[in-house]
Amino acid sequence: MPTITINGEVREFNGDPNMPLLWYVRDMLNLTGTKFGCGAGVCGACTVHVNGEAVRSCQTTLGDASGKSVTTIEGLSPDGNHEVQKAWRKISVPQCGFCQAGQIMQAAGLLAKNRAPSDAEIVEAMSGNICRCGCYQRIHEAVRLAAGGV
Amino acid sequence: MLQYMKAEADQVRVPAIDAEISNVSRRGVLSGLLGATGLVLSVRFSPADALEHLKPYPTGGLKMPDGVVSNPHVFIAIAPSGDVTIVTHRSEMGTGIRTSLPMVVADEMCADWSRVHLLQAPGDEPKYGNQDTDGSRSMRHFIQPMRQCGAAMRQMLEAAAAAKWGVDVSLCRARNHEVALLDKDEKETGKVLKFGELAEAAMAVPVPAPEAILYKSPDEFTLMGKGEVQIADLHDITVGKAGYGADVRLPGMKYAVVARPSVLGSKVKSYDAAAALKVPGVHSVHEIEGIFTVPRKFGQLGGIAVVADTTYAAMQGRDALTIEWTDVDNASYDSVAFTKEMSETAAKPGKVLRNQGDPDAAFASAKDVITAEYHGQHLAQAPMEPLVAVARIADGKAEIWSSVQSPYGARKDVAEALKMPLENVTVHVSLLGGGFGRKSKWDFMLEAALLSQKIGGAPVLLQWTREDDIQHSFYHTTSVERIEVAVNDAGKVTGWRHRTVSPSIVSTFKQDDGYQFPIEYGMGFVDVPFDVPNIRCENGQAMAHTRIGWFRSVSNVQRAFAVQSAVSEVAHKLGRDPKDFLLELIGPDRAIDPKTSGFPDDFWNYGEPYEEFPINTARLKNVIRVAAEKAGWGKTLPARQGMGIAAHRSFASYVASVVHVRIDDDGTIRVPHVTSVVDCGFHVNPERIRSQMEGAAVMGMSNALYSGITFKNGAVEQSNYFDYNVTRMSNFPENVAVHIIDAPWGVHAGGVGEPGVPPFAPALANAIFAASGKRLRNLPMGDKLA
Repeated sequence: MPTITINGEVREFNGDPNMPLLWYVRDMLNLTGTKFGCGAGVCGACTVHVNGEAVRSCQTTLGDASGKSVTTIEGLSPDGNHEVQKAWRKISVPQCGFCQAGQIMQAAGLLAKNRAPSDAEIVEAMSGNICRCGCYQRIHEAVRLAAGGV
Repeated sequence: MLQYMKAEADQVRVPAIDAEISNVSRRGVLSGLLGATGLVLSVRFSPADALEHLKPYPTGGLKMPDGVVSNPHVFIAIAPSGDVTIVTHRSEMGTGIRTSLPMVVADEMCADWSRVHLLQAPGDEPKYGNQDTDGSRSMRHFIQPMRQCGAAMRQMLEAAAAAKWGVDVSLCRARNHEVALLDKDEKETGKVLKFGELAEAAMAVPVPAPEAILYKSPDEFTLMGKGEVQIADLHDITVGKAGYGADVRLPGMKYAVVARPSVLGSKVKSYDAAAALKVPGVHSVHEIEGIFTVPRKFGQLGGIAVVADTTYAAMQGRDALTIEWTDVDNASYDSVAFTKEMSETAAKPGKVLRNQGDPDAAFASAKDVITAEYHGQHLAQAPMEPLVAVARIADGKAEIWSSVQSPYGARKDVAEALKMPLENVTVHVSLLGGGFGRKSKWDFMLEAALLSQKIGGAPVLLQWTREDDIQHSFYHTTSVERIEVAVNDAGKVTGWRHRTVSPSIVSTFKQDDGYQFPIEYGMGFVDVPFDVPNIRCENGQAMAHTRIGWFRSVSNVQRAFAVQSAVSEVAHKLGRDPKDFLLELIGPDRAIDPKTSGFPDDFWNYGEPYEEFPINTARLKNVIRVAAEKAGWGKTLPARQGMGIAAHRSFASYVASVVHVRIDDDGTIRVPHVTSVVDCGFHVNPERIRSQMEGAAVMGMSNALYSGITFKNGAVEQSNYFDYNVTRMSNFPENVAVHIIDAPWGVHAGGVGEPGVPPFAPALANAIFAASGKRLRNLPMGDKLA
């Protein structure tokens, strides 16, 4: 039976391999921190890490993730103190907060690959994540802060 | 009788009132008189009008359904441990109101904020007062009741301490989550009783009558206006634990999506669910009857629901449905043709809503008449969280969980739809992943409730997809605004004629007659604050062919765009600086008198009493001057760069924006800097006001450059964020500098959530003109110059 490691826990699944990871974590594992925003890979609210890479879980099937390690917002840091999470709180980034788990996972994915992103690299990495409340200025600032160490 | 109530007349002291009234502390006021009713009364300051800055004032909150409530027993609980729970009865959709109103309570009651817990109220307006979180009303209407609530609680705690110590209550002073015992010289004795120790006794103290309540003076505020309080849900949001509508999980819960008609009013003629029922995980398929009687109000559209084990299975099942829909008249709705019709209507005289002076004569004798027409498309609110509701019916009782802006209105309609008594329906409110007006219409909750009823009351989470959201909104209206400006030989504006043509929101609630209502023409149309002798505002007919509803800032979006663009256009024609010209048009400092200015008798001032919340031109001019100064208005900029300015009063607040534009070599319109100045009167949480203004610039940019909903054959042409575009970080207002005008308590708190949006788009259009010489009049303008 195929397995996926979710937040360090190995899970067996026998369902539809075409099911998007988003609905597996939300509806079957009740890990509701990962959000449904568009279902088309164009808003970033559902961003998780697969083998350390930030991906859209609405566009990643269980088959794609099979045998891989998935991290959701709940598993980003055991105590919720990942440098990106700390930066987000320090700058009071969120308004409604709905997109922020995806934003944080996207930013953490960026910093895992690039410790010192330029402003342009931050913009490039974060432009797939929509925030309808319009927190972009603070998101940009928080990523820069996290890169410098909080 | 409690000992503390045994006050003697000779113990009453009248405080000395300093010349500087703002320095008078409530501590100078003596309480402790025993009233005939047994309530603790205070000695009033004398003379009473010396207290102008603390005097209660009427707001529109009193006229809202179920008004306001300030009873501490409704809003505050104190545990023996000292933990304080404050009920927060307005919906949190990103403004921070869930934090800001409890801050008001905690400040007045002298609670330690770190020991305050929040409890979200279910929909129950008779208990909590109005809960319709819309219209930028929460702080405007509830800052006073929440102060009253907190202050009453403080006095009850002090009274309880006085009883325990057997002293007069005047010797008991609440501060920092405890009550201190004072000596006769008002010095602390070192004896204290903690709030937790007083909790039970305090709750048994009668609530002081409103006239007996003693308020903090503003210099005693510890939370209000300090800007150091983060939103209560911040930590949970960053770790994925904050609870939104779709995060509710009930035992045995199913998931559902609904197929709805693409054209408003269309019904299911027939459907075939066989293929859908074969999808693994799909349980059942049900028709949900729509509301087809006009007006539809917030009635559900009707359609076919698929119930499944997961949202994914439900979506797959929906894809497999075959549905035949009935043909309806609205299938003729075509945005291109409709805009042309609106434009033709705007070229002709319409229904006169405001007439001041003799506009016909002014235009007849004008040296120049400058005419411009501005178009706006429909908009979808498109909050990041798509609509969702969870419903369960058991033992004759229904429970709904949802991210809804107006839980009590929803509860009443759900009860009616389910044919259940109101008391058997509960509406729980989760956090809202954005709202922007869409979630004050609860069609999605009616669907969930009806669907649960169809499946025997089993719990079901009814999820709207993004496509559902974009294609079945209550849309911001589409509009044509035509403005004509008469100028005389001396270059002075002598006449202003503005025609608006736009389907009405009220078509959702009443039989449509194609004309605007006070709640629409009061938003930046008839209230144009210009010192022009001859003004006429006319409204041409436009029927609604889709559901029209509120979108953040509502009619102000298109009116401020037209009016503030027109001002800059005329300034340019006359060779004037746009900022100076705008200030000149607004004219002398005054409260505009609607009666002598030709306003309609039914002029709507955001529901506020006009005397308390007048159109104050001094405040409007002030935000313009401050914005210009902070932005460095008038400084020389490199080629293909420019600044634009716009200002607008809405929701009883004043905002000016200066937008700095840079046109890249490929024509892309960039916004490196925005200066936003807001005067929202007295304010509680400046940190959240800044975030609202930053966000307003981003949404303003979406409205200005990117977003538009268009109809063809009656159906919406867009479906998701790839064709209904919104601002992204790839092109956003990079640096929004927000300045909040400092205002004392005496300047009534105004709205914050919406007023930041309207001035942004015209300021941007004016900046694009300054940078490029190109005048863009149709929204959305696109982010590239041709």
